[in-house]
Amino acid sequence: MSNALLSANALTCIREDRILFDQLSFDIMPGDLLQIEGPNGAGKTSLLRILAGLSRPYDGQVEYAGASIERERDAFYENLLYLGHLAGVKGELTAQENLAFNLTMHGDQCNDLDAALATVNLTGFEDALASHLSAGQNRRIALARLWQSEAKIWILDEPFTAIDKAGVNELETLFVKHIDNGGAVILTSHQDIQLGADRLKRITLDYNFY
Amino acid sequence: MTHPISYWQTFSNVLKRDLKVAVRNKGDIFNPLVFFVIVITLFPLAIGSDPQILTRIAPGVIWVAALLSALLSLERLFKNDYNDGSLEQMLLSPQPLFIMVFGKVLAHWILTGIPIIIIAPLLAVLLHLEQAAYTALIVTLLLGTPVLSLIGAIGVALTVGIKKGGVLLSLLVLPLYIPVLIFATGAIEAAALGMPYAGHLAIIAALLAGALTLTPFAIGAALRVSTN
Repeated sequence: MSNALLSANALTCIREDRILFDQLSFDIMPGDLLQIEGPNGAGKTSLLRILAGLSRPYDGQVEYAGASIERERDAFYENLLYLGHLAGVKGELTAQENLAFNLTMHGDQCNDLDAALATVNLTGFEDALASHLSAGQNRRIALARLWQSEAKIWILDEPFTAIDKAGVNELETLFVKHIDNGGAVILTSHQDIQLGADRLKRITLDYNFY
Repeated sequence: MTHPISYWQTFSNVLKRDLKVAVRNKGDIFNPLVFFVIVITLFPLAIGSDPQILTRIAPGVIWVAALLSALLSLERLFKNDYNDGSLEQMLLSPQPLFIMVFGKVLAHWILTGIPIIIIAPLLAVLLHLEQAAYTALIVTLLLGTPVLSLIGAIGVALTVGIKKGGVLLSLLVLPLYIPVLIFATGAIEAAALGMPYAGHLAIIAALLAGALTLTPFAIGAALRVSTN
């Protein structure tokens, strides 16, 4: 058995009678930085959701530690951090309450929430309700988890959306650090990744007409 | 290694968060309660103040109003979480899903069930409910409203991905509410006539025990299906 963190095994995804991808197989190894590319509607988000176990593929399976992720759900989710299009931030809670809840529910510990929010430039907004903050700041509340996370596999759907240039740079630095520590990052983005571009692997999904 | 938290912590975290969200979003608490009060106060106005008729219909009116107000408040159990992505994060948490789901449903019951139980005796006065039936009214509501929340949550979980799931939700859930309705009103009527009603209560309690143990798993499974 290889030491792949996550392997996709002959995945097929069909949406609205259209085959998005067919018999797609790949392995995610420790130290991988994988960007999934393709035009809108090519199935990037569908692929990420299947990898995270949120959607079921039409055919094939995703394996974690040699077993199907549906069987190893608890162990897999301890090692997974998934951030989708939606930030998972509740508008009625403050930045700090949101971060604290998200961290504890995913088994991450953080003793200094103020410092954690400071890493994403939210100093001074700790007690502000998330609904009063901008889209980018909401996104940052969600992303703050990355700095505290001990999960090996990060699956990030458009992590740079609504994030300013300096923020993108900090995120890229963090991704490189994460893969240096033996983690893996799978992301979709329409932007080119600057840092770590030499280690970047790509999967390009085409928009097919059948 | 990650830092696992106990089942109890998982449960109380979810419960506390949901209560906090509701307290900051006042409409969520008051809407179902106001609906309950309005429906019940409309009956004497429409039917007339003849105490005999009101006494006769009181158990049914109170329970139907409680049932509809539960149905009305169900939607927000998972809808907001679905829309802002917290539901997705909940499904991806390494904690057992049925515990988190149970925390959410309990929060829903605390916010919608308990206020109704508290205010129901006052409204019963308005409907001239038989003196002897008050205990039965409160006990049936105490045992019955959690069943409404638990069973309703399955329906919400199944329809959360649908844009306009309201009608479908009523169709799915109302038939399952009928046993509770029949035995609860039966118990109150029996109590009003001075007859024993322990049998009715036992059946509602059995429904509650069944719902408490089984529905959290069904709700969890339904959520995984509807976010697929």
